[in-house]
Amino acid sequence: MAGLAAAFGSGAMTNSISEFEDADLFLVTGSNTTAQHPLIGSRIINAVEKGAKLILIDPREIPLAPFATLHLKQNIGTDVAVLNAMMNFIIQEECYDKEFVEARTEGFDALKASVARYTPKVSEMITGIKASDLNRAATMYAKADKAMLVYAMGITQHTTGTDNVKSCANLAMLTGHVGRSSTGVNPLRGQNNVQGACDMGGLPGVFTGYQRVNDGAVKKKFEDAWGISGLDDKPGLTITGMIAAAHRGDLKALYIMGENPLMSDPDVTHVERSLSNLDFLVVQDIFLSETAALADVVLPAACFAEKEGTYTNTERRVQLSRKAVSPPGQARADWEIVAEVCKRCGLAADYRSPGEIMNEINKLTPSYAGITYSRLSSGYGLSWPCPNTDHPGTPYLHRDQFTKGKGSFLPCDFKPVSEVPDEEYDFTLTTGRVYFQYHTGTMTRRVDLLEREAPEPLVEMNPEDAKKLGIRNSDMVEVSSRRGSITLKAEVTDRVPRRVLFTTFHFHEAQVNLLTNPVHDPIAEIPEYKGCAVKVRRCS
Amino acid sequence: MSRIPTICPFCGCGCNFYLMVDGGHVIGVEPNPANPVNRGMLCAKGWNCHEFVQSPDRLKLPLIRKDGELVESTWDEALDLVCTRLKDLGEKHGPDSLGFLSSAKVTNEENYLFMKMARGVFKTNNVDHCARL
Ligand code: SF4
Repeated sequence: MAGLAAAFGSGAMTNSISEFEDADLFLVTGSNTTAQHPLIGSRIINAVEKGAKLILIDPREIPLAPFATLHLKQNIGTDVAVLNAMMNFIIQEECYDKEFVEARTEGFDALKASVARYTPKVSEMITGIKASDLNRAATMYAKADKAMLVYAMGITQHTTGTDNVKSCANLAMLTGHVGRSSTGVNPLRGQNNVQGACDMGGLPGVFTGYQRVNDGAVKKKFEDAWGISGLDDKPGLTITGMIAAAHRGDLKALYIMGENPLMSDPDVTHVERSLSNLDFLVVQDIFLSETAALADVVLPAACFAEKEGTYTNTERRVQLSRKAVSPPGQARADWEIVAEVCKRCGLAADYRSPGEIMNEINKLTPSYAGITYSRLSSGYGLSWPCPNTDHPGTPYLHRDQFTKGKGSFLPCDFKPVSEVPDEEYDFTLTTGRVYFQYHTGTMTRRVDLLEREAPEPLVEMNPEDAKKLGIRNSDMVEVSSRRGSITLKAEVTDRVPRRVLFTTFHFHEAQVNLLTNPVHDPIAEIPEYKGCAVKVRRCS
Repeated sequence: MSRIPTICPFCGCGCNFYLMVDGGHVIGVEPNPANPVNRGMLCAKGWNCHEFVQSPDRLKLPLIRKDGELVESTWDEALDLVCTRLKDLGEKHGPDSLGFLSSAKVTNEENYLFMKMARGVFKTNNVDHCARL
C-alpha cells in the first residue's frame, strides 16, 4: 500500500464499511468484491438498489457487472492509462474540484502536464475502451457528490501496482473525493488481519503504528520499554528479499507463523528451492501445510476459536475475539508459543493474557493508545487512530487535512505488463479468487459445503478462443508459461475477453503459481499475479 | 450451551459472530444483528467457518525432523531446538541470516510479540508478513 501512503500519508482504507451505504457512486476497480469481500460486495449492491451508480473497471464479467451503470473492460494491465485518461478529460472539461486542489494538495501542475498526453484517441488505443465511455465515466465520477473509489489486489498485483494506486489517489484528490463521510479511497485488504499485521510492525522498516526503525527516538523508546539495547536501525528484508537471500544461501533460518508461502508465492518452484536451501526452517500453523511439510520443526497452533485476541479489519476497526473452545491435543496459542521462545532466549515475556500484551501496545503506539480491552469488551470495536481512552475512534480519515499535511499528486505514466503475449505464448493469464474458497485453501478446503460448491480448479476461456483451439467445456487443458505448466479443466465462458485466461490460486492440484511471473513492483514488492504470458492446448 | 463472541477468520471484512459451544465443541455460528460491520449477515464462508476448527487434520503435537522424517516430540524438545538453532545460526552468520514471517491470520497481540521476538531477541529487522501476496 506504499502508493497510498505516499499520496495521503496513510495506506489504509479512508472510510468505514457502514459508510458504503450512503455513497452516491462507486468506482470499483481490480476488486471482485462479491467473491473476495462478500459483505462489502453486498453493501455496494444494496446502495445500487437504492439508486447509487456503479462504474466498474474490470476486464472480466464479474458478478458485480450486472449491477454496473457502466462497465469498462480494459486491456489487462492498462489501469494507469484508464485513470489518466479520465483525469485528462476532467481537467479539460474543468469539472475538477478547484477549491480542494488549491487548499489541500500539491503537485497539480505536474499532474496536469503528465495526463495531458492521454488524449481520448491515445487512451482508446492503449486501453481498448471507447473514448466516449472513458469520458462518461470521468464525468460521472467527477460530478458525484459522495464517491467511493474501491480497489483490491487487481490493482496492486502488477509490476506497476504502486503506480496504479497512486493514480487512484490522484483521481480522488483531483475531484475532491476524499476526507468526507462516504467519500474516499478504499483499498480492500485480503486476509482477516492484514491491516493488523501491518499496524503491529510485521514489516521490515517499522515498529507498531508505522514508527520507523531508523528513527533514533523511536528506537530508544522501544529499547527502554523492552529493557534491552542494540535494536537494529536499518530496515530489513521483505518476504521477497528473504526468499531470494535463502536462494543465494545468505539467509540461513526462517521462522514462519501461520502462513503457507509455498502456495501463495509466485513461482513456487523458486520458493521450494529457496526453503530447501535453509539450514533451519520453523513453521507454526494449525495444519501441516505444504510449507510445514518442509520444516525442521513444526509447532502446533491454536486457531481463532481457541484463543483470545484482537483483529483489525479492512476499515481499521480493532475488534476483540474471545476464546470459545480449547485447542486440540497439545496445540497452543501463537502468543503463548512466541512468549515461550522469548523467555527461553532471555527476553522478559511474562504475559498472563493477550490483554497484557495489548497494554504494552497501547503504551508504545500512539494510534492504538486508546484501544484497550476494557473499551473493546463492550461496543463494537474502535477504528484507529484512537489516541486516548476518551477518543471515539476515527471512521474516516483525512477530514481537515491529510495525515501527511497536504496530499501529493504523484503522476505516473502507463507501462505495459512486463510479460506481454508473443507468438508462442499468445495468451495473458490472470489469477484471482472464487467466492467459496479462501486464499491457499488450507482452511476452506476442509469445509464440506465450500468444497462441494467449488471442488476443483478451472481455467476460464473465451468461447471464440476455445473454438479455434478445438477445446470444449470441461475438456482438460494444459496451460504453460516460460516457468512451468499445469493441467486443469476448461470452463468456456464469455466472462473473460478473448486472449485472456483466468484461474484461481486455491488449489494444490493445479498450482497456478508454477506459472506466474516472479517480477515485482519495485516499491511495494508485490509480485505480478495479474498478467503473465501463457499458451494453452487441449490434453489428448 | 454458551455463545462466545468471535471474529470471522477469513476475509478482511471482519464480520462478527457468536460461536455456539456445547460440551466443549463448536456446533454453530450465529451473527449478531446489532453489529455495525455485518448487521447479522454472513457469507457462505462465515456460516461454515467453524467446521475446519474440528478437522481431524489439525496438528496436535510438535514435530521435529529426525533422519529426514517429521516425528512427534514434546514442547520442551521442540522449543529448545528452535532457540538453540536460531541463536547458533545468528551468532555464526550474523542476525540478518535469520528471517521471520508473521501472519495476516493471527491476532494483533501475536503479531506484536512475533516482531518483538525478531527484533528484540534476534536483533534483526527481517520481519515481514505474507499479505503483499
Ligand atoms: S463472513 Fe464472509 S464476508 Fe464476513 S468476514 Fe467472513 S469471509 Fe468475509
